[in-house]
Amino acid sequence: MPNPDRTPDWAEYMRRIRQDRDQAAFGAVFDHFAPRIKGFLIRSGASESMAEDCVQDVMATLWHKAHQFDPSRAAVSTWIFTIARNKRIDALRKQRRPEPEDIAWGPEEEPDQGDVLALAQETAQLGDALAKLPEKQRVLIERAYYAELSHSEIAAETGLPLGTIKSRIRLALERLRHAMK
Amino acid sequence: MGQIQHHLTDPLLIGYAAGSLPEAFSLVVATHISLCDDCRARLGEFETVGGCLLDDCAPRPLAPGAFQATLHRIATHADDTPPAPAPAPPDTPFPAPLRAYAGPDVAAVRWRAMGGGLRQARLNTAPGASLRLLHIPAGTRLPDHGHRGLEMTLVLQGAFSDEDGRFARGDIEIANEAVHHTPVAEQGEDCICLAATDAPLKFNGLVQRIAQPFLGI
Repeated sequence: MPNPDRTPDWAEYMRRIRQDRDQAAFGAVFDHFAPRIKGFLIRSGASESMAEDCVQDVMATLWHKAHQFDPSRAAVSTWIFTIARNKRIDALRKQRRPEPEDIAWGPEEEPDQGDVLALAQETAQLGDALAKLPEKQRVLIERAYYAELSHSEIAAETGLPLGTIKSRIRLALERLRHAMK
Repeated sequence: MGQIQHHLTDPLLIGYAAGSLPEAFSLVVATHISLCDDCRARLGEFETVGGCLLDDCAPRPLAPGAFQATLHRIATHADDTPPAPAPAPPDTPFPAPLRAYAGPDVAAVRWRAMGGGLRQARLNTAPGASLRLLHIPAGTRLPDHGHRGLEMTLVLQGAFSDEDGRFARGDIEIANEAVHHTPVAEQGEDCICLAATDAPLKFNGLVQRIAQPFLGI
């Protein structure tokens, strides 16, 4: 298991939310992620009241859409990030968010446990790599993700540690090819 | 799929993952990813970065009763996200995200003639960048043009070639101030492209410069 002492197995909590509609599991996910989502939204320019409202929206969506979460395709933190990002675009920028067409992943079956584990490990490794970045590079990445940099500023920025991120990308490609077979 | 040669750049994928792109650029990105598994996987990785940052974000205390309020919201509000889009009709060149803006039917798009057989249709998006569909008859040469801002051109049908290579279905050309090009649509099939730009194009010929405000390109 990746960092068994540090990281709770959020995918297992999501399974309990999805299959058992387990409110205690939902409470645990809420206690960990909701204050972080609020911090993330306020860093991205949301007011206190807007952030509070968005957090409830994100967590309600997590409950309703738990059946769409696939732990072999995304970590729980990744999935929650995409929900929070979309609510932020909706609330702060009042824009539509075009999403890619979903690909057919075949008949719904239990996610492969090897894939789930590999993905959790890769995500933990990426998190460690990001945490170890020099302060300057880390701030740049954060500014890009808190929507403080425009795309042209991101393109012009040579200090972005793309190498750190891209070393992981190869693995993601391999996993996707494997999943499509 | 699998033959796509021209892909999204890292900055555009980061901008899309972060949710900071103008709507028109987001639509071009989402449409390309609908056709390109490589860029879909790269997006997944950039979103994983977002998840790591969220997980590492300094928590802000919630208002008292926030958890109960969320449970109440769950009980009283059904899932409000829109239903999945209708399944693709046969032989539309438009992937699902684009169909939400242009419909499934190429013939039903509200094309406007621009001279030389070229047609375009503007699609409405939020300000920040503009979006249009281009219909270029097979074998047609487009006017030589440069750019003031960023221009993304995604091929949906047919193919064109220019100084940067050949672009067929799914390929995306990303041009900025440094790029001057004279695209030529291939013989055989009319070329349909989705294009987004955050500045008006700049043509090099005097006639086109005069015509530009009227053409709205």
